[in-house]
Amino acid sequence: MEVGQMQRRLLEYTKSLFMEGVLDNQFLQLQQLQDESNPDFVAEVVSLFFADSERLLNDLTRALDQPTIDFKMVDSHVHQLKGSSSSIGAERIKNACVAFRNFCEEQNIEGCMSCLQQVKQEYCLVKNKLETLFRMEQQIVAAGGSIPMMELSF
Amino acid sequence: MTTTNGVASLRLISDEIDGFDLSPSDTEEVHVLAVDDSFVDRKVIERLLTISSCKVTAVDSGRRALQFLGLDEEQSVNGFDGLKVDLIITDYCMPGMTGYELLKKIKDSSALREIPVVIMSSENILARIDRCLEDGAEDFIVKPVKLSDVKRIKDYLTRDVNLGNEGRGINKRKARESCDLSSSPPSVITSSSSPSSPSSPFRSPSILSSSAPCSPPSTLDSPTSRLKMTISD
Repeated sequence: MEVGQMQRRLLEYTKSLFMEGVLDNQFLQLQQLQDESNPDFVAEVVSLFFADSERLLNDLTRALDQPTIDFKMVDSHVHQLKGSSSSIGAERIKNACVAFRNFCEEQNIEGCMSCLQQVKQEYCLVKNKLETLFRMEQQIVAAGGSIPMMELSF
Repeated sequence: MTTTNGVASLRLISDEIDGFDLSPSDTEEVHVLAVDDSFVDRKVIERLLTISSCKVTAVDSGRRALQFLGLDEEQSVNGFDGLKVDLIITDYCMPGMTGYELLKKIKDSSALREIPVVIMSSENILARIDRCLEDGAEDFIVKPVKLSDVKRIKDYLTRDVNLGNEGRGINKRKARESCDLSSSPPSVITSSSSPSSPSSPFRSPSILSSSAPCSPPSTLDSPTSRLKMTISD
């Protein structure tokens, strides 16, 4: 596949992630912060996000597994996850966290469990999609091309 | 004048007023102390500030921020004056010491109270915003932080420095006005990843956001003018 084709595929793929609500405008903001002096910025932030999220999801699983659930702590973890997912533009995770926090407030155990599952699913989805995205970018760079930026008009 | 790295110097030069001789400290980069307990957010804010030609020190807690500022627990300031901080930008929700508590400590310190403090929060709570602004915060940013937010803050900070920090409050509002007038129309990003695009008014594809990043200064005293008008976030 030649570079131009790869670039078009990448743009189409990225666009689909926006259409599906997986990513939002904040992700574009991060892309704008990437340049020749910082060519891996987005990948670095996303890696931090993955590590952070996995830690939080583990903590949440543990916290909801306790005989007596500390909802304040659960809420605190969800708040952090909501914050970081918002910062990278992972819209669906962020929205799932909003619902999760509501259940925490109500101290609704089943609601929380269900939300945890939801958040985990959304996380896996974003992780897969972003890993695919980065792979496509790497292929373009390896073929000597440059990574095209998303156009905002779609 | 200075010939240090391009963008920052150019901006200061273009803002320079006749007859003002910028002292050496004014021609250096703006030094921002960023405080946030989140790894992800620290990395993002650090990059946003660096790309806006600021020197950044990022710490993960209010306690560390105070240590860096030389304000130890006995509320006395150590003698060091090496790393002058021009702006503090802090998250609101942090374990231990909140951004609000940090703000209070800074404003209560005779040595530090002149340093402008900006609060960031993911939660758009009017009462919270009001309280922070009333207690001395320069501005309040609703997260996620964008390049346009950083640019706005840096613009009026740089202007304050040039005007010798006179009438800081008035300058802040005027600066906001000039920010409005000079903010460029929506730009379509093409193939080169240029970091210099000033504002990104688009929130998401499904929203036609007509609200500008800076509200007009007609509602000067209303904290809502500082809110980013998000429709759905």
